[in-house]
Amino acid sequence: MKKIDLVIIGGGPAGLSAAKMAAESGLSSLIVERDYKVGGQLVKQTHMFFGSEKQYAKTRGIDIAKILVDDVLKYPKMIEIMTETTVVGLYKDKVVTLLQNEKYIKVQTNAIIIATGASEKVLAFENNDLPGIYGAGAVQTLMNVHGVLPGQDVVMVGSGNIGLIVSYQLIQAGVNVLCVLEAAKEIGGYKVHASKLKRLGVDIKTSHSIKKAVGKDYLEKIIIGKLDEQWNFIAGTEEELVVDSLCISVGLSPLSNLLSMIGTEMKYVSYLGGLVPLIDKNHETSIENVFVAGDVCGVEEASSAIVEGYLTGLVVAKKLGFIHPNYDELYLDFKAQLHNLRSGPFGEKLRLGLEEIMR
Amino acid sequence: MRIKEHPILTFEEKKKLSFFFDGKEVFGFEGDTIASALHAMGVKVLSHSIELKRPRGFYCAIGNCSSCSMIVDGKPNVRTCVTMLKDNMKVKTQVNKGDIYEKD
Repeated sequence: MKKIDLVIIGGGPAGLSAAKMAAESGLSSLIVERDYKVGGQLVKQTHMFFGSEKQYAKTRGIDIAKILVDDVLKYPKMIEIMTETTVVGLYKDKVVTLLQNEKYIKVQTNAIIIATGASEKVLAFENNDLPGIYGAGAVQTLMNVHGVLPGQDVVMVGSGNIGLIVSYQLIQAGVNVLCVLEAAKEIGGYKVHASKLKRLGVDIKTSHSIKKAVGKDYLEKIIIGKLDEQWNFIAGTEEELVVDSLCISVGLSPLSNLLSMIGTEMKYVSYLGGLVPLIDKNHETSIENVFVAGDVCGVEEASSAIVEGYLTGLVVAKKLGFIHPNYDELYLDFKAQLHNLRSGPFGEKLRLGLEEIMR
Repeated sequence: MRIKEHPILTFEEKKKLSFFFDGKEVFGFEGDTIASALHAMGVKVLSHSIELKRPRGFYCAIGNCSSCSMIVDGKPNVRTCVTMLKDNMKVKTQVNKGDIYEKD
């Protein structure tokens, strides 16, 4: 059996940052990633980030991904990366089973950081499984990583930051965005993103949603309608739009299945996106030496995932006897950064949600 | 369709890869996933639901939703959105749960 001090599941911003901080502390790790490359969802984000300089604000996501990957590549002897590898088993005695190229590999470890991120939520409506209906983030990957257009005419469902940003990026790629639908009375995302779309003449229809999709083998048109106060469709407000693509951007759910598998205490917290593990202030779950970082313990921005990764890598290393020379200073700094990122009115629900999962 | 001009990104010309889609020789580029190469050709239906055989296409792009599962080189249930395209790959549309190592 392969032996390694720390296994990090997920090579996105949280996992990469955790590996870097563990390595700086002297702890070796193995990053397991099911995609063919590391970098997570940053690799498709062409927009510049907010926050402070420490989280690479004013830098495009694609460039942040490069910085994080390069940081990890500076430790070739301490950080091993396995891509196209899926974790299929996780046991309380810290044995992790991996599936890579049709081979099972067993790894014995001392600590595990689960940094699996989140997946896009789906929305229930008639024919919501027709090809041509995509997760908004998936379309972002198709366009910005592979340079392939989803279609010619698209409608976005959801006006949170992802919905607004991806709509703008669709236009940048040359796609016609007919409108953005928002079930709530107010636009969900930041005003700065909404304004960019409005300046380009995109209609953001609040109190509107998709009623059904129409098509034989793939999407041909959609029926949208206006919603009342209880989010029920108002009869007679239906409108038909001819589109070949529909993007769904109605939030994200933590990919916490592995945590349920290993048996950590879980809780459903809607403010955090769904089922999440209970954690202590150092991101340790109810099972000793099983830690979490990033969206898997509450959906936030990539900036928070990076800082949570650093924090978790730092404390895991210390727990296993590898103390970073600047431990105290860094610990306080990471805590302060997270506090700042979550402050303000947009962070309110998140703060309430995080209170619910504290052990 | 592929993006030709973009205000932020540049898509350099890459090596052409030849592969087979349902027996027909087609082309993609190095750096493509199987799903992105097919999408660029206008192929939207990648699989079918197991019971009702409803068409399914590209959906999550992170290897999570199984909507893009196809038969690749005889192996069923391959997540084509996170699998890199390789020269001479044989890609087939999947219409059932998948048989282990079916003959091409």
